[in-house]
Amino acid sequence: MDNYMKLEIPGKSQNEAFARVAVAAFAAQADPTIDEISDIKTAVSEAVTNAIIHGYENGPGIIMISSVLTGSRLEITVVDYGTGIADIEQARQPLYTTKPELERSGMGFTIMENFMDEFTVTSSPGQGTTVTMVKVFNGITQPCES
Amino acid sequence: MQAKLRMAGKTLVVRMQGELDHHTVDILREQIDEKVTGGQANNVLFNFQSVNFMDSSGLGMVLGRYRAVMEKGGRVLACSLQPPVQRVFELSGLQNRIPVFHTEQEALRNV
Repeated sequence: MDNYMKLEIPGKSQNEAFARVAVAAFAAQADPTIDEISDIKTAVSEAVTNAIIHGYENGPGIIMISSVLTGSRLEITVVDYGTGIADIEQARQPLYTTKPELERSGMGFTIMENFMDEFTVTSSPGQGTTVTMVKVFNGITQPCES
Repeated sequence: MQAKLRMAGKTLVVRMQGELDHHTVDILREQIDEKVTGGQANNVLFNFQSVNFMDSSGLGMVLGRYRAVMEKGGRVLACSLQPPVQRVFELSGLQNRIPVFHTEQEALRNV
């Protein structure tokens, strides 16, 4: 492991910008492109917003954000301990939302999946949701010494 | 997020500045809806010139205005997308519903 960070924030909407900027600032040491930083900020924003709106339904709750940088590979994990997701496959469908009345676009998971190189969701109803995302900078891993 | 709203005929021009996320869209939504439901504006033009970040919450806000304006027979347009916003537009297919122009003037000519 080359470097890591951990961040704990209450699930308040004003922390969305802080969370995405904090992870982007951590990622900056790997010398990413502007587009890669933009992708990371958007994906983190989606994960944290989901935790606030769906995990805690805009109520109180803690969100844990951690990130591990190994060479040019950045892994980001966003955890909430909220309501969880009953049907992950359904939730991952583009435009699917459980909260159309809040004008949710249903594109959060689709954006995370498309903007990052790897994306996984695990969830248990009543226990919470963990989103793990990986970005490999420049689209390639560090070449191995031979 | 700050926004300057002005009327150009029956079109509400929304010049946004900053980041469009879940935290910032509510005030903007209220400001726009006041003009649309009040009948002052038939159409809405979103100017993204100074928006450097938008996630799916911003997308939801734009789509919501699109639906409300279309119901009243108006149009929603967008202009001056910066690359991060353009990417979200393209992924969501939003530009298939909302015409996108390079400049505000060009958009207003095509309302």
